[in-house]
Amino acid sequence: MLEFFPFKKNIPFMSWGKVTTAISLLTFLFAVWALWDKGLNLGVDFTGGTVMEVRTSQPADLPAIRTVLEKTGLIEVSVQTFGTSHDVLIRLPNKGDSNAAETSNRVMAALTATNPGLELKRVDFVGPQVGKELYDNGALALLVVAFGIMAYLAIRFEWRFAVAGMLANMHDIVIILGVFAFFQWEFTLTVLAGVLAILGYSVNESVVVFDRIRENIRKMRGATIPDIIDDAITRTMSRTIITHGSTQIMVLSMLFFGGEALHNFALALTIGIMFGIYSSVLVASPLLLMFGVKREHFIKPVEKKEEAVV
Amino acid sequence: MNRFPLWKYVLIGITLVVSFLYTLPNFFGEVPAVQISPVRTTEKVDSTLLGQVESSLKAANLGYQGVELSGNSIKVRLGTTDEQIKAKDVLQNSLGGRYTVALNLVSASPAWLSSIHALPMYLGLDLRGGVHFLLEVDMKAALEKAANRYQNDFRSELRSDKIRYGRISREGSAVTVHFATRDQRDAAINKLGTAFPDLVFTPEDEAEGFTLTARLKPEAETKEKERSLQQNITTLRNRVNELGVAEPVIQQQGDSRVVVQLPGVQDTAKAKEILGRTATLEIRMVDEQADPTAIQQGQTPYGDDIVTSRDGGKIAVKKDVVLTGDSITDASPGFESTSGQAAVHVNLDGKGARIFKDVTRENVGKRMAILLIEKGVAEAITAPVIREEIGGGRVQITGMESAQEASDIALLLRAGALAAPMQIVEERTVGPSMGAENISKGFRSNLWGFLAVTLFMVFYYRVFGLFSSIALAINGIFLVALLSMLQATLTLPGLAGIALTLGMAIDANVLINERIREELRNGATPQAAIHAGYDRAWGTILDSNLTTLIAGVALFWLGSGPVRGFAVVLCLGILTSMFSAVTVSRAMVNLTYGRQARLAKVSI
Repeated sequence: MLEFFPFKKNIPFMSWGKVTTAISLLTFLFAVWALWDKGLNLGVDFTGGTVMEVRTSQPADLPAIRTVLEKTGLIEVSVQTFGTSHDVLIRLPNKGDSNAAETSNRVMAALTATNPGLELKRVDFVGPQVGKELYDNGALALLVVAFGIMAYLAIRFEWRFAVAGMLANMHDIVIILGVFAFFQWEFTLTVLAGVLAILGYSVNESVVVFDRIRENIRKMRGATIPDIIDDAITRTMSRTIITHGSTQIMVLSMLFFGGEALHNFALALTIGIMFGIYSSVLVASPLLLMFGVKREHFIKPVEKKEEAVV
Repeated sequence: MNRFPLWKYVLIGITLVVSFLYTLPNFFGEVPAVQISPVRTTEKVDSTLLGQVESSLKAANLGYQGVELSGNSIKVRLGTTDEQIKAKDVLQNSLGGRYTVALNLVSASPAWLSSIHALPMYLGLDLRGGVHFLLEVDMKAALEKAANRYQNDFRSELRSDKIRYGRISREGSAVTVHFATRDQRDAAINKLGTAFPDLVFTPEDEAEGFTLTARLKPEAETKEKERSLQQNITTLRNRVNELGVAEPVIQQQGDSRVVVQLPGVQDTAKAKEILGRTATLEIRMVDEQADPTAIQQGQTPYGDDIVTSRDGGKIAVKKDVVLTGDSITDASPGFESTSGQAAVHVNLDGKGARIFKDVTRENVGKRMAILLIEKGVAEAITAPVIREEIGGGRVQITGMESAQEASDIALLLRAGALAAPMQIVEERTVGPSMGAENISKGFRSNLWGFLAVTLFMVFYYRVFGLFSSIALAINGIFLVALLSMLQATLTLPGLAGIALTLGMAIDANVLINERIREELRNGATPQAAIHAGYDRAWGTILDSNLTTLIAGVALFWLGSGPVRGFAVVLCLGILTSMFSAVTVSRAMVNLTYGRQARLAKVSI
């Protein structure tokens, strides 16, 4: 039997409480600072505007493209290459005028005149109103998912578990957002979808640990709560690493083979999966301890046995 | 203890066979085809046209692989793209302007697969290339237009009852009529109140006189908005048909927006121009003096235009325009009260009604043509004879052959023009090469990720790892089969969703395998360990999948476009993984180990 984690003794996770809390707090504060100081680099989905991707037959001459566009009266144009020197990304903000939808046509007309063989790969135009709606819906979705999961945990376990689990996961989300803000990676609708999926996914981890804690509370009559939690975490460790590992393999595959469109999505998932392991083990459980989970919360109610499995 | 009853194996077997069948079409690829559909949505495609298509292809010596009638279009399969382009030209020439002939790709899967509705997955625009527009109807303008109409109608109503009034003003969508005396106003309330049940009237006494303000009732306002939106959608549909797009999608979104998706369209400038154009309707007099044979020979009499009528004939109409489509407020199919003949009832606004009354009085016995002008080409929808003077703005057009034709004409009269201006608020264009690139990238992410996970599972859990990997592959087949059956739109984020759900689905098997190991470690016999492992894992698997399902449902509810595609895959993937990871992998374990009474060792 091949085993990566043949722990015979419990690892005293809870006695590291001070250190892990300090690490969490620092990362969290760093993320909040990045969000506050730099802010998210919101994509065109949320801000509105036009993004175009074109492929040139010759290696792209960016200054020339910029000049051509400025001549047609388009201002605040950002032109950059990505991936290869043939792939050019052009961004234009929405300029209050009513025919913003025509912007991409003007750009193409201007560019094809000077660059024969230019190929249009993608245009995303989002009007200001739509951008705002997508932003609002995104924020609403985040709240709905957070509260939905919290309600589920509260029904399934107890409010302390729900709050601890949710705080641990919000900590993950804030860190993902913080990293995106710090590096100024573009935050698009797809990235948001990834963040929400992570919210649902990494709460699993807490569920598994909580399941085991509840089971241990019933089984390990003489043990203290910190011991019970340590035992639960140690015994779920192997499963945690392997499942996250296999999800991470798929995500890495997306990061390497998925191209530009999935790049930031895969990045968000990677950060989420990494911190998901950390937070469910080293944030959710100490929080649970802090909220004062007691044996009595679980011994009394004659619940049907629902054992944890790892 | 580790045996399934026969019915479980049978059930799993059937599920596998069905899933495999519905996954199949995705592997056949596509063949070039041309698609023929009528320009007017009201026209039908039938077997006569099918014969016509076949004979013109045969006449041109073009070999085709198959012709089929699907929905309201005809699809011709061709061997090569060269033949496809030739066939398009041949058909467009022989069928004329009434039909659009578009290049398309159809699934190359054999006919027996299509006959059980096994179709390839429906690819979103980011995978097949094309344009997506979100258009917003200016509802304020739509209501103002309605108010404008009422302004005119009030005038003619009050005038017909000889009620004196002062100014009629409009502010936004509210219309205010000014009166000198209270009696006049009260008379107007009575008159207008019965004539316009959709409006609320509020009288007000002001220093300079008495006013009566009319507003649409909330429910009438909703109806008006709905009507404007529907008319715009109908108009858009007619215009998109002209573009010759193979499978356009035109859908209402929310209460004021329309989604237009044009797969394969690259010339977005032209698409935008056509969608934004305003088609016009005109009513003109037919020139009865014109010599019919001269018209047929193409000689245009002085002061006339020659237009084609719907049956293909030619009519000379005067250049003077009696009325434009702006005066038509509504058109509905119905029957003439005396003869019971099919008819179209047209309502004109106040100004239009007055003009119409004058013109019909002077031209009894003559013909009047209703023209639809699009792309600068006029077509006479109908040219009825005026039987008597028509007042009141309610016109009845007879001469239709059937109730169907009457309803087609009513639709054309309504659909010729937009009810309210529209603006593009979102555009997503993906080039064809980009679409193909996205497919291959998405596919490669899935393939390499899957291989790596499989390798790890087999390495770590041996035989049980192999079972888990097979279950994972089957999960992939289930997911693709389900997506194909539902014809849910597959987007690039959707492809990422497949990869992600595959990565997460293995979680269930890890839970089971770890539990079995633990039971073995605690000294359970292999059979008991397998049993306990599967038995106890279920609760946790359910728990952990439900939280992800919550996220998936919220994403589907609040997401849009490609993100929604991701949400669909996420939700379906979670459901299929619960079946494949637990039941299918258990079946494999049971088949392998279940029958050995004295199992000493399992490979895990």
